[in-house]
Amino acid sequence: MSHTVLFYIFSTLAVLGAVMVVSHKNPVSSAISLVLTLFSTAVLFVLLHAHFIAAIQILIYAGAIMVLFLFTVMFLNIRNSELRFDSMNIPKRMTFLFLFIVVVGFFASKLFSSSPVVFPKLGDPENFGTVAEVGRSLFSDYLLAFELTSVLVVIAMVGVLVIAKGRES
Amino acid sequence: MEIAVSHYVVLACVLFAIGVYGVITRKNILIVLMCLELMLNSCNLLFVVFSRLYEGAAGHVFVLMSVTVAAAEVAVGLAFVVSIYRQKESLDIDLLKLLRG
Repeated sequence: MSHTVLFYIFSTLAVLGAVMVVSHKNPVSSAISLVLTLFSTAVLFVLLHAHFIAAIQILIYAGAIMVLFLFTVMFLNIRNSELRFDSMNIPKRMTFLFLFIVVVGFFASKLFSSSPVVFPKLGDPENFGTVAEVGRSLFSDYLLAFELTSVLVVIAMVGVLVIAKGRES
Repeated sequence: MEIAVSHYVVLACVLFAIGVYGVITRKNILIVLMCLELMLNSCNLLFVVFSRLYEGAAGHVFVLMSVTVAAAEVAVGLAFVVSIYRQKESLDIDLLKLLRG
């Protein structure tokens, strides 16, 4: 029962945060709202027995990535007059909004009308989603992919340095 | 009513749609990047949901990779933002027409 209550509370918070990300004018407010969404999603991960992923979500997404965003916003020191809101006029925006509501509503009605697929009981609820379990999978089956991500991160880091430094003049 | 898989799928759908809406309509390049994060995050939610449904660790590992890629993407994106702001003195994406033929 508590699963149901927690799901509804935190999914509402996640959607609320997402709407605020899109609707705020100031990037700092958007970033704070995004933290709300990411935190609520981390709670949903805990409900799905993904404890390690929830910790990663809060540490890396809500921590490191959002700090990077806020740091850039403050580094750029944007003046308020530069913050124009939308690239579209209101009728065009409303059309898009209506389209999205229709598409999502269509999928929702399809999913809810068929017989619901409930989550089965876990065979090993003590171990599922823990650091040990995910780590064993990561370092045996997916070792090559894991090593390749390190290459990706190095390439990204070098790229960032080259782009941000700019041309010498 | 018990929470079924479809509840989570619809939630991920809604989050993804909000992200797409933001990417299409917003003008500020920083907020466009944040909406991209929103979309990636909704896909991560789906991975975790189906990992729970089929009781395997593969989905969790993939989320880990996806978070790594998202971090790299944000770093590169923000470097572009800094470099664009230095040249154009603005974050308006409509001003970016360097590649227009």
